[in-house]
Amino acid sequence: MTDDLSGAATQPSEEPVAFDLKGGVAGARRALPIALSVCAYGLVFGVLAQQARLSLLEVLLMSGLVYAGSAQLIVLSLWAMPLPIAAILLTTLIVNLRNLLLGAAISPWFSRLPPLKAYTSIFFLADENWALTMGEFAQGKRNAAFLLGSGLVLYVAWVGSTVVGRTLGDVVHDPARFGLDFAFTAVFLSLLVGLWKGKSDLLPWVVAAIVAVAAAHVLPGKWYILLGGLAGSVAGVVRHAD
Amino acid sequence: MQTSLLALLTIFGMALVTYLTRMSGLWLMSHMTLSTRMKAWLGYLPGTVIVAIVAPTVFSTGLAEAGAALATVLVMARTRHVLLAMIVGVGVVWGLRMLLATLR
Repeated sequence: MTDDLSGAATQPSEEPVAFDLKGGVAGARRALPIALSVCAYGLVFGVLAQQARLSLLEVLLMSGLVYAGSAQLIVLSLWAMPLPIAAILLTTLIVNLRNLLLGAAISPWFSRLPPLKAYTSIFFLADENWALTMGEFAQGKRNAAFLLGSGLVLYVAWVGSTVVGRTLGDVVHDPARFGLDFAFTAVFLSLLVGLWKGKSDLLPWVVAAIVAVAAAHVLPGKWYILLGGLAGSVAGVVRHAD
Repeated sequence: MQTSLLALLTIFGMALVTYLTRMSGLWLMSHMTLSTRMKAWLGYLPGTVIVAIVAPTVFSTGLAEAGAALATVLVMARTRHVLLAMIVGVGVVWGLRMLLATLR
């Protein structure tokens, strides 16, 4: 039975889930180094948005209301007059579909919160602060405000840096020049080390990696995250059923 | 560059679509009774999603990324310090890219 639950070790016990300032501040502090790298990308987005002829107000509203880096970047390539609205909305949906998985994974904790707190916090859900929060939960910490606190820091970094990038124009260089593009990967890898629970994770993780690499080769955008994550987690469940 | 009404409506549409993708996973899971199998699936999700996020960068970009990934994981496993692991990863990828560029 213990082995059967190995995959479910990150599930919460019956204890209540906290949501307070302490958790929010802890999340904000953990997000600070990642905010630097978010800023680098925000500047790049701002510069590209200027080239795509978005106004400053449009950049501010898009970053502030949509708040989804990869979707916004891909939409820039579609941004031409007359606006292909249907294509833009469909692209946004497809690029962001992976949020469904993130929301499902975080639901055992967030479904215990009052709806206002849960559905306000979830606006700030992004790959980076979701992963940080799951790392916290995996260590047995149960303060759901961690997602909101870390999310707010990344939100301010994103909105601020995209607006600065749009204003400054092309003064920013390629983040890859300083290895900054690798910062996200490094953070995700560190979190993986903390999430490793033993041999039972091997098969699902290998399946996720193979499917993601293959999908990234043949499909555009972020499909590889959705497909790899689904294939790996389903492989884990199927193996248990045997 | 003037802000057009159509552009604003498009941005509001993007915002709505994005928020729906963020809230649906939580909403669906909160309104279902979860079987043991569903719970096991949720338990596997965080690890497999993160593996899927990093796998293309780590395994099919190049030697610099693969080497930096290895360094990051080793530092994290030894020290359990996320910030240190991140700094080492970024430093190693930067160094290896320069090295590989000069060798070419």
